[in-house]
Amino acid sequence: MIASFIMAFVVGGLICVIGQLLMDVGKLTPAHTLSILVVTGAILSGFGLYEPLIDFAGAGATIPITSFGNSLAHGALAEAEKHGWIGVLTGMFEVTSSGISAAIVFGFIGALLFRSKGNID
Amino acid sequence: MDKGVIYFPSKPSILAAGVVVGPLEKRSVFVQNFDLVYDDELADQKTNEQGHQIMIEEAAQIALQKKKLTKDSLDFFIGGDLVNQMTPTNFAAATIASPFIGMYSACATSTSSVIIASLLTELGGSQYALAGAASHHNAIERQFRYPVDYGGQKPATAQWTVTAAGYALIGKHQEGEPCIEAATIGKVADFQQSDPFHMGAAMAPAAFSTIQQHLKGRGQTVQDYDVIMTGDLGKVGLPILKEMLRQAGLTTKQLETVRDGGAEYYGDNPLFLAGASGAGCSASVFFSEILAELKSGRMKRVLLVATGALLSPLSVQQNQSIPTVAHAIEVTMK
Amino acid sequence: MNPKDYEQLQTQLSPKTPILKNVLKAFLVGGIICTIGQAITFFYMANFDFTERTAGNPTVSTMIFIAMLLTGFGLYKKLGQFGGAGSAVPVTGFGNAVISAAIEHKTEGFVLGVGGNIFKLAGSVIVFGVVSAFLVALIKLILVTIGVTDW
Repeated sequence: MIASFIMAFVVGGLICVIGQLLMDVGKLTPAHTLSILVVTGAILSGFGLYEPLIDFAGAGATIPITSFGNSLAHGALAEAEKHGWIGVLTGMFEVTSSGISAAIVFGFIGALLFRSKGNID
Repeated sequence: MDKGVIYFPSKPSILAAGVVVGPLEKRSVFVQNFDLVYDDELADQKTNEQGHQIMIEEAAQIALQKKKLTKDSLDFFIGGDLVNQMTPTNFAAATIASPFIGMYSACATSTSSVIIASLLTELGGSQYALAGAASHHNAIERQFRYPVDYGGQKPATAQWTVTAAGYALIGKHQEGEPCIEAATIGKVADFQQSDPFHMGAAMAPAAFSTIQQHLKGRGQTVQDYDVIMTGDLGKVGLPILKEMLRQAGLTTKQLETVRDGGAEYYGDNPLFLAGASGAGCSASVFFSEILAELKSGRMKRVLLVATGALLSPLSVQQNQSIPTVAHAIEVTMK
Repeated sequence: MNPKDYEQLQTQLSPKTPILKNVLKAFLVGGIICTIGQAITFFYMANFDFTERTAGNPTVSTMIFIAMLLTGFGLYKKLGQFGGAGSAVPVTGFGNAVISAAIEHKTEGFVLGVGGNIFKLAGSVIVFGVVSAFLVALIKLILVTIGVTDW
């Protein structure tokens, strides 16, 4: 159990380090950085490399945004395997719906509960 | 002739000024000279933009009250802000109900408004005119950058948009009041800077060009001034301006005359990164602290150079550079 | 002075990005967020009928719920200023981008404001994720069809 925590910390931290380097050295905006990481996750999934990373690092691989690209591609690949051409389009959100639906629902609830404040501390 | 340099023979006076600020500006080093500090950034309104409007109205009201005037005696109202199409100032102008021209020079609006008001006064067309500018942190951030609660990392060169409104009452020359002797309308400088989190570097060349232009046109040197104060170059932009001036031949002693409102605004508080910015920054410093120094006689002649970055979120996303401008007013006190 | 000389001058006088410091902070914050995610995963596995694989979904939802609270109380932007990519890259950063836009645009109403702007910042992530997943699946399907590889 301790080992899983350490693996999650190290792998998750390293993915964030790649993001920080893209922002600081590559001079990219956060939106560009996150888009690149998502695309990377999808490509790794295509090569079948992301699922082993999840087995290895647990939340260290499922929590970073790369996991989002992986689940999208994973869903599309699984459906494509079952249904061929049609599956490429239909399967995409099968695995990944929870992140987007949670963001929409909590975004809406957040808008109901809070208002933006210009606080600094 | 030196283009853009204007001399006002009748020396219109700054009769009074009103400066109101938001809650965070309580931490400004200039706070003792602000007229009103709001505890609520919304000024008890529903939206940031409405709060912004109320602060503009309040600053105008305070300036008029100091001379026991009402808004009916006002001939012109000239000002602007940074919100799309300047709606807060437009709504405030509807409340004030005097002839109105909206001014957009980004964060240089405080001095460009004063220049227009001085010209109207010089022409004899204005007895009392209000000129100034305002900005509101939340309203501006969401428009130019990200939602206020978005967790993006800002670099050390980023500046904090102030919540402030500053308006000056410009009238015919009056003994014992600071007066506007001359002004320079600056040229737009574009040195191909494109980082919207580094405004100081974008604006320093505009300040440099306007200062040089003004001194040349007026046949003055830096020694003629007690202070040359730029608007909001910030803690990174100010040293860049000073280096440009040093390369143009100014000595270290002379450079001590050059100060910046944005760099000094929040003192050394690291939370505000490179200091203050926004149209309300120069307006709230020039029309509070600097006017007080002039009135008390501690300063006799100052050059106020408000600096503005003329970018829009669209121009940044389309990878265009940031054009900038600086407008200067020379204010003296007998 | 020309723009090229000026660029040199301003670079010289501007503070450098403390890359090493930023990277360390991103590692620390990102690592901690993922460790918290791991703890939540274990919680769902121990108390509900989830496996290591399936616990990912409730974990992500829970993390976004936490991001909502931190965003609403104005704390996520402080975390973001310290952690940089460390708080932007985890799914909580995705949540923060969605939730902060929703809260910000509340003043324009729930349909045009919240509904219309909720994906203002995070939309590009979804677009690029979906398009790249489509291409990945399409290419793989073609390769399988022509017999270069198998599923």
